[in-house]
Amino acid sequence: MNILASEASRRILRLGLLSGGFILFAGVIGMIAAFHEREVVDDFISLGQVLLLAAPFVTSYMAATQMLETGESPRMALAGGLVIGVLCALPTVILLLFNSDDYRYLLDTSLKLIPFVAASYLAWKSHAQGNETRQVAATWLIAALLIGIVSFGFALIFEVKGDLRGVLVNVDRDWVEVVTFDHRRELWTGIGLLLAASAGAGLAGVVMRILPDIPRRALLYGLGITLLVGAFGETVRLILQENLDRDTLREIFRRDTLRQNAAAMLFIISTLAGFLWAMFGGRAQSEFAALDDSRRQQVRNLGMLLFAALLLALPWLIGRTLSDVAVTIGIFVLMGLGLNIAIGLAGLLDLGYVTNYAVGAYILAVLTSIGPLGLFKGTFTFWMVIPIALLAAMFAGFIFAVPVLRMRGDYLAIATLGFGEIIGKLALSDWLKPLIGGAQGVQNIPKPFLFSTELKNPEQLYYIVLVASLVTLFVSIRLNNSRTGRQWMAIREDEDVATAIGIDTARAKLLAFTLSAATGGVAGAIFAAKVGTVFPNSFTVFISINVLSLIIVGGIASNPGIVVGAVVLIGMPELLREFSDFRFLMYGALLILMMINRPQGFIPSKLVMHEVHAGVKPKVSAGD
Amino acid sequence: MFRNKSGEFSWVDFTIDVLRVLIVLAVVVGAWNTLSSGRISLAQWVNLLAAGLSQGSIYALIALGYTLVYGILLMINFAHGEVFMAGAFSAFFLAEALNRTGFLNEQPLLSILLMFMFAGLISMTVAVLVERIAYRPLRGSPRLVPLITAIGASFFLQYAFRGLYGSNFKAYPQVRALQGALQIGDISIPVTQIFVFCSALVLMFGLHWLVERTRIGKAMRAVSENKEVARLMGIDIDWVILFTFGVGGFLAGAAGVINGLFRPQGVNFYMGFIPGIKAFTAAVLGGIGNIPGAMLGGLFLGVIEAIGPNLVLAGLGIPGANQLKDVIAFTMLVLVLIFRPQGILGERLSETKA
Repeated sequence: MNILASEASRRILRLGLLSGGFILFAGVIGMIAAFHEREVVDDFISLGQVLLLAAPFVTSYMAATQMLETGESPRMALAGGLVIGVLCALPTVILLLFNSDDYRYLLDTSLKLIPFVAASYLAWKSHAQGNETRQVAATWLIAALLIGIVSFGFALIFEVKGDLRGVLVNVDRDWVEVVTFDHRRELWTGIGLLLAASAGAGLAGVVMRILPDIPRRALLYGLGITLLVGAFGETVRLILQENLDRDTLREIFRRDTLRQNAAAMLFIISTLAGFLWAMFGGRAQSEFAALDDSRRQQVRNLGMLLFAALLLALPWLIGRTLSDVAVTIGIFVLMGLGLNIAIGLAGLLDLGYVTNYAVGAYILAVLTSIGPLGLFKGTFTFWMVIPIALLAAMFAGFIFAVPVLRMRGDYLAIATLGFGEIIGKLALSDWLKPLIGGAQGVQNIPKPFLFSTELKNPEQLYYIVLVASLVTLFVSIRLNNSRTGRQWMAIREDEDVATAIGIDTARAKLLAFTLSAATGGVAGAIFAAKVGTVFPNSFTVFISINVLSLIIVGGIASNPGIVVGAVVLIGMPELLREFSDFRFLMYGALLILMMINRPQGFIPSKLVMHEVHAGVKPKVSAGD
Repeated sequence: MFRNKSGEFSWVDFTIDVLRVLIVLAVVVGAWNTLSSGRISLAQWVNLLAAGLSQGSIYALIALGYTLVYGILLMINFAHGEVFMAGAFSAFFLAEALNRTGFLNEQPLLSILLMFMFAGLISMTVAVLVERIAYRPLRGSPRLVPLITAIGASFFLQYAFRGLYGSNFKAYPQVRALQGALQIGDISIPVTQIFVFCSALVLMFGLHWLVERTRIGKAMRAVSENKEVARLMGIDIDWVILFTFGVGGFLAGAAGVINGLFRPQGVNFYMGFIPGIKAFTAAVLGGIGNIPGAMLGGLFLGVIEAIGPNLVLAGLGIPGANQLKDVIAFTMLVLVLIFRPQGILGERLSETKA
């Protein structure tokens, strides 16, 4: 009992159950089964199973770190890892039992018991707080009644439906297959395997933590790189396909998955590399730091040069499919950099950014289309329309900005969201159908031409996006350090003070909205030219949320952060198609987690970083 | 006109005033055209009004959740639309089960009451969990931070419920007792609409009683007035805030069931987003933080949304005016935020907050 009551064991229980809850949730919403479709190593482990095992591994690694720091013995840590592993599997095991034909009565029984148990627990707590008997009894009654309604409701639902799957659509055969490691028929074997694997992963996490520093880092590198390459097998294969002959490729991959031998080789090589880095990486870094400034600058310049060369050669290195993804990422980089002017620099939470994107796309569509809705049938080319789209988007940004100038931050966010929805509905309406085609949209948008070559492949469109992104990046870096940029930051920090020191806030805000709209328009126009059709379903609030998420995750007001955010948040769902169903689930979770744990983003801007760390919350006064 | 407080010419004011004139003009011209053409009879207007009132009472119930939370925390609980969805979506299965056993048509009142409680409690759980996990750690941070979190929570909940229950639309079963229509002269009002309106009224009076007459209601009012002083008076602020989210969630869940019974197209994971924004509009319309205001704002918005397209847009010669219902509602949102952010009845906020 002593052990159970200690702080460390309570933390282990909490962590384990939290992690177990996560696995259960991922299973119930269909994430595990969907990820199972993607094999990481051929015939060995799937991404779903990685998810299943990564949770106990990471949790026990974290728990072990804490335990060792507070002076617990390694043996205790190992025991903790075991417990966490078992706890991680426990909720899933329970659901497996509830789902099986033989033990369904357990579900029914527990649903009927829950109200009484929970009510008694709450009453006991109320009693422990020293409440009167009357109050304790009232607590019990109310709790039992309320929980009872929900609990009996579910009991009735499952009773009538006959199984869980009638309600929870993803508690299906696939899920059972994954979590029992393909032992759907022998339930107890499956449960045993799940428990054993989970406990093993928990132990492995602790062992990893106990290892000395250098081998640990080496192993983590090896594991991480192998898993990454395995998970993105398709992508890696597409890249290698451009540069390797077919037979070597077949040695490494079976269709899109890494073969076992190749995975083992990769693991060994990357572990060795990790080992070397762990041994000598620190020395390399300190030697680099010891160089004098000019030499260091030279090394940096060389790095930049290599990076630029890589960017230029990218389409040839990665092939058509991935170039297409790169173009999509580029479009979002453009929008991210644009929206960042409003959100990051001026602190205006614009949730209707899709408006500008739509304006750019529709302008290009209507002006250049050679279909029935094209106004000029090919008189205008892509290059002539790009500036028009840019100006039109700026104009739209201006028009929508004027009414919201006086609003305070949260109202402004909702009002811009309203604008986005209005534009979406108008684009769908019969009213504007003669002009922009309603739900069918505008079709037959020609690809851009560059001196009589049609830029029809993503490899070629990539360069348009690249140039546009670089120009935007340049402009936004310059803006960041300009007088206007400083004005925006002043407004972001405190509008009243900004007004007081003589900043024309209305003008500055208007400028922020207008400039931020400009790149949205260009992004929309490029998008329209890329896909060749424009229709309203491409312009929903989800675009705005996408852009917002990549800014928040990458780092508010941080240009490199936004680029990386776009690559990760837009690239990943495109490359891992299993992910795309859970895209907005992930974005939502990321927005919450980032705001709570890391509001400055993963690659924070130096200025924001400074603010966050020096930022003592100034106004926690009474009544606020 | 065209001058700001200090009397100088301000072009922002100018633009806004021009906008004001244009809108009034559009409304007047549109209404005049429609009314003078006599395309819509009085009975049809009454029908539209009734439909608007019942839709509006659903908005009002959701709006109460926004207003309660805003009154206490000064934050827009953007995920509230999803709380509404959670209850409606979950209670669909109960409605179906009750229908399958025949209980729904034998004891319609009891069944519907049961569904209210079920949906309300589930929405309450969701609302409380969101507060506990996503909002509480951020209390006291700048206003936009919890707003972004709330947006995250909103999309997280949407896709979590999509994963749980699937992405199809699911239509509530028909309740026989709610079929038919009430005939008054040549006006006929569907019973469903009357039911929707009445049950919303009952819930609103329930809330009014809770806030004005009970101990916990008093505590809620105290916390919304001044958190620090309330704390000094021995009120457990965290509990009161949690309770407020719970009450708002309960109302939203009940509204979800009403919505499910009222609208034949069914429920799905995205059903909460648009009504959520509209309910926020209603809350601002009535003066956010103001409970009677939210009720009034909801009804008002519902009526405008029902009548607006036919009265104004059709009068302006816009085809397919009824498709633009949402546009009317969102325009309303933007207009209220521009011209009267304090709402019709005024925000009920203490001076320190404004």
